[in-house]
Amino acid sequence: MIPRSFEYYSPRTLDEAVALLQKLGPEAKLLSGGQSLIPMMKLRLVSPEYIVDINRIPGLDYISESDGHLRIGALAREHQLESSEVVKTKFPLLADTAKVIADPLVRSQATVCGNLAHGDPANDHPATMLALGAKVIATGPQGQREIAIEDFFPGLFTTALEAEEILTEIKIPFPPPRSGGSYLKLERKVGDFATAGVAVQITLEDAETCTRAGIGLTNVGMTPIKAKQAEAFLTGKKLDEATIQQAAELAASESQPMDDIRGSADYKRDLVRVLTARALKHALDRAKGGA
Amino acid sequence: MAKVPINVKVNGVEHNVDIEPRLLLVHFLRENLRLTGTHIGCDTSHCGACTVVMDGRAIKSCTAFAVQADGRSIMTVEGLEQDGKLHPLQDGFFQEHGLQCGYCTPGMLMTGYVFLGTNNNPTEDEIRHAISGNLCRCTGYVNIVKAYQYAAQKMREGGAEDGAKNIA
Repeated sequence: MIPRSFEYYSPRTLDEAVALLQKLGPEAKLLSGGQSLIPMMKLRLVSPEYIVDINRIPGLDYISESDGHLRIGALAREHQLESSEVVKTKFPLLADTAKVIADPLVRSQATVCGNLAHGDPANDHPATMLALGAKVIATGPQGQREIAIEDFFPGLFTTALEAEEILTEIKIPFPPPRSGGSYLKLERKVGDFATAGVAVQITLEDAETCTRAGIGLTNVGMTPIKAKQAEAFLTGKKLDEATIQQAAELAASESQPMDDIRGSADYKRDLVRVLTARALKHALDRAKGGA
Repeated sequence: MAKVPINVKVNGVEHNVDIEPRLLLVHFLRENLRLTGTHIGCDTSHCGACTVVMDGRAIKSCTAFAVQADGRSIMTVEGLEQDGKLHPLQDGFFQEHGLQCGYCTPGMLMTGYVFLGTNNNPTEDEIRHAISGNLCRCTGYVNIVKAYQYAAQKMREGGAEDGAKNIA
């Protein structure tokens, strides 16, 4: 399969990349990892006139810590999450997620920021970032602006980014002590999109009482879904079995799955219930110091 | 569409070529350079038969443009053998019968080259995780895992260059 012809640009600075996007207009597409864009171009689902390849811009491939935040640069590859010590120890939810995105070869090219910028509700990091309360940094002609992750996915394959903006960083607050997270995804085989996936991040006040809960859902709606009712329900409650089951049912009711080759809507909704309960229990164990 | 010049090192040999930006890396390797050891399997980024090493990372060459390799180093299966001597991974696939039809083998080898270069004492689970993006339709993977283990042992014994050395 051969994509349609395009003009290729390879800027060496962010300023140059933004200027190119301004000049070329909405027919330009950014290329970072390319693991979603290139297959879509080969299938001719998209045929951009211009490709702006940001891979040669230095200094964007970082995963770093500063000002109480984990910062993931535009060119940090998924496999870097798998091998990052700070991610493994402080953000097990991210480490869980990185392991189940596509396959190791795709992860050595695919970028974390691209996983969000693609705007695909079947991608895994949107749910993770919703659970973690991340912020997205967009760089455009007017400089940088910060977008809360819950405002980032207005519609199917649509993000809050303007045509001339680049997602340059994901910023995630460091979880307070007694926090834990978990990502659970059911996939038919390695490399498939989720039949359903659930990301959970909780913080405990004392042994069992939850002060903050973040829950994101993968591939059960037109956009990534933040299970707000389940989150609100859990806040301030002791996380016993009955509470967890009730929250799981709320999360299931907030999902909006459709019938497709991966299963019926009813099946997927029930899957959200089961995965939410399991992920909450796993996150609770981790918040109490378990693995 | 206008062609663009690229300079790419493949298995240590520099090539200066003018290409169309839409040319996929796998087509560049197979058709322009006639390095047909790299296979096209699914052409949809699922099977891993087209795996090559770019600047130390194992990637699917059906899901990269050749122009992205400008200024970079590529290693293909043809680059594994050195001075007439098989790489321990190639030897392992031979000794352990790690292939039947051989179609997936170049990809399996290149994935293994990077993987064993960073972990030359892997568990079976780690091996199976590492090859989860490389599909084999013949062997059931058992002998491929054994071939990796064979190669890992040879590399630990220092019988050959360690992985990732020749890449850049």
